[in-house]
Amino acid sequence: MDSIYAALMDIVGEDYVSNQTEELFTYSKDLGTSEPQWPDYVAAPKTVEQVSRIVKLANEQKLAVVPLGGGLSLAGLALPLRGGITLDLKRMDQILELNEQSRYIVVEAGISHGKVTAYLHKHAPRLMHSEPGAPAAATIGGNLAIHGQGDLAHPYGFNSDMINGLEVVLPTGEICRFGSCAIGNDWYTLHPLPDLQLFLGWSGCTGIITKVSLRLFPCKKFQEQDLFIVQDENLVPEIIYEMTHIGMAEDIMAISQEIPPPFNRLHCILVNISGDSKEELEFKRQLIFDGKLARYIEDGVGGIGAVGQKIERPQVSKTSDWRKGGGFEYVGSIVPVSYYPECYRRGSEISARHGIPYTVLGRVVGSSHGMMFSWTYAFNRADEETVRHAREALHETDRMVLELGGTLWKPAVFGQKLVMDRMDPNTLQMMKKVKHLLDPNGIMNPGNWEVA
Amino acid sequence: MAQTQYKYMDMIHRCFRCGYCKFPQDWEDVDNCPAYARHRLESHSNGGRLWLIRAWITGELELTDHLAEIIYSCVACKNCEEKCPLSFSDDILNMVIAARAEMVAQGRIPSPVKTYLKNIQLHGNPYGIGAKKRSDWMQELSIEPFEKQEFLFFVGSEGAYDSRAQHAARALSRLFQKAELSFGVLGNDETDDGNEVELLGEEGLVEMLAEKNIASFNERGIKNIITLSPHAYNALKNIYPRFGGSYQVYHYTQILPNLIQSGRLHPPKLENTTITYHDPCFLGRWNREYTAPRRVLQAIGGSKLIEMDRNRKSAFCCGGGSGNYYTDLLGGSDDSPARIRARQAHATGATILAVACPNCLTMLEDAVKVEGLEGKIQVKDIAELIDGESAS
Repeated sequence: MDSIYAALMDIVGEDYVSNQTEELFTYSKDLGTSEPQWPDYVAAPKTVEQVSRIVKLANEQKLAVVPLGGGLSLAGLALPLRGGITLDLKRMDQILELNEQSRYIVVEAGISHGKVTAYLHKHAPRLMHSEPGAPAAATIGGNLAIHGQGDLAHPYGFNSDMINGLEVVLPTGEICRFGSCAIGNDWYTLHPLPDLQLFLGWSGCTGIITKVSLRLFPCKKFQEQDLFIVQDENLVPEIIYEMTHIGMAEDIMAISQEIPPPFNRLHCILVNISGDSKEELEFKRQLIFDGKLARYIEDGVGGIGAVGQKIERPQVSKTSDWRKGGGFEYVGSIVPVSYYPECYRRGSEISARHGIPYTVLGRVVGSSHGMMFSWTYAFNRADEETVRHAREALHETDRMVLELGGTLWKPAVFGQKLVMDRMDPNTLQMMKKVKHLLDPNGIMNPGNWEVA
Repeated sequence: MAQTQYKYMDMIHRCFRCGYCKFPQDWEDVDNCPAYARHRLESHSNGGRLWLIRAWITGELELTDHLAEIIYSCVACKNCEEKCPLSFSDDILNMVIAARAEMVAQGRIPSPVKTYLKNIQLHGNPYGIGAKKRSDWMQELSIEPFEKQEFLFFVGSEGAYDSRAQHAARALSRLFQKAELSFGVLGNDETDDGNEVELLGEEGLVEMLAEKNIASFNERGIKNIITLSPHAYNALKNIYPRFGGSYQVYHYTQILPNLIQSGRLHPPKLENTTITYHDPCFLGRWNREYTAPRRVLQAIGGSKLIEMDRNRKSAFCCGGGSGNYYTDLLGGSDDSPARIRARQAHATGATILAVACPNCLTMLEDAVKVEGLEGKIQVKDIAELIDGESAS
């Protein structure tokens, strides 16, 4: 028997390791346009100690290790570009502690967002976490590894700003904790110890996140989604600015899409609000609509699309079936809100060039401090020509984002190179030093964020 | 496999592997697909399975023993179809079954599946026991063969041959007799219902079984049929019309409430008993019957019915569907579906786990033993609970 396979079997048990073609094939595929990349082994550890042992084994063998959560980045960020071991972390899915009073929950990082939502709904209905737009199977750890955002981005920022502590297996196998948990206390704060934050947004290149203390926020009794529609994209930034000034919303998104046709070229501003009473909800609604949006209606440039729509949590996405092709990928970026009109215009032009109905979305992060803007390109998985078009559109968009002055969010390797090409040399060298210091053998998700 | 042969070629690429199919209705966890819960590798999730099938169809992968095992590890519980939000969701299982049909045609199926199908071909039951022993289960019960009675009692292979399921069949027969229900049986003229054979992809054998049973039904002028097994219920109700056999088909839990309500049956009192009910996939998700079995259980005096977290549309399958109660492709682990389900039942604090399916009965009773829960929770068919006689 292959000695590495035998060692992995010894660590995780026979049922949770494979080097058979069928498993390797499955883990070679990303859901987006990335070309397949085959691992040599797949293992699904259950404990942090097992993760640590696997990483130590990989260092001995100079084998790559690629941590995988829900596998829903769509940008190929958990594809084994240099083979090695793909670590499926979804068996590490336990809820370890819920502290209602201090509003945090400690979970193993392979837990799905859907499970956290369901658990809170049942055991702490007055609390919620920020749920990303990805399907419910996306994991907490995976989302932090890409600096995800969710449906509480407007009041509280990035999901990776909403943590009170981390446990990480370093690329050399040591298990480290960060935050109050590092000094043996409860997991109630990440600050004020010296900043050692080297793991968020690194796509697993600097370590494997295994436990997370997630901040929770008030979940109010009544929740609704309202919709305001404008035709002029130039109005979107000022509307968002006004709405974020009053701070009544939990989530603000602007969406424009070619299909269905009645929505083509319109900009739908979705606003989630909540209240513990109908009066509170009505108060917020009045502040938003009467206080801020009425004048656009009076001027004949805006209209109410819907009020009081039910909010589905977890959100269910049907994007992959838009073209009945089973595939889509998007470029995400973080841009100033003022970029919305240009992002929309340029994006729809790129889509038109590739024969793909345009779909763009901007989610407000913070109080108009930024916006996650995405351009989605659907393709037919069974039609290679459409996949090629989507891939080219993605690359064009990557370049366009940087030309506009935006910052790519969770870029694929292609986009990472564009970012690093523009990066300040000193910053780039520091990235290189950090990576080498933590991962001297270069085994952690190699090929990603790799400074030449 | 030639792409033109595969019926769902224009659809199978539409699975995105988003993972919704792994969840129960309330999103409690990603483990409501029995095969995925057992293996926890993406290859055994439903999305993984569809991608593997497509890779085989397009020639990207060869058909291997391992691939066949993965494709046959789906127990057809329909959780995926219930949860997938996309427009092709009603055909998810059909995509798997169509792939199995091609594997059958090529003779490349897992060995236990081969034995299962061969036994049915030879003996009309998966156990490999002679067809002439099919009516042995009822020897002491004076059950009449069907002539002109109101109902045919279709016992099914499990009730006829499996020693544990036989007890449920006998209990149900006694109930019918106590209630003076006009019923008869086919005896040795009954053959396997073919439900699992259909799911395993043996299209020719399904047709043969259905035609044989339909001929028996029609010769006797049978109009109304009661089944012990939800699997037989599904076959007779939903598969047999394809072969020209249309009858009024009932699962026995749909008959008992009226017999109780009309005073023809008197459920026993089970003082200080808590019962939890396991929805069988072929009664629940396949045929939307969630109420009737609960009505029967609620008629048991002195007992309290408590639900598992995963119930009705979200019920976690025992892992016995698609012939797996015999082929056991998901066995051998702490996380074999039946063991997970036994733990879920025990977690409710119930002392009785009620079932309405002979496959679930045998799967879960074995699991209770392996889990060391004997003496803490008993697995009982609803018919046995109403009959009140202890399992022999």
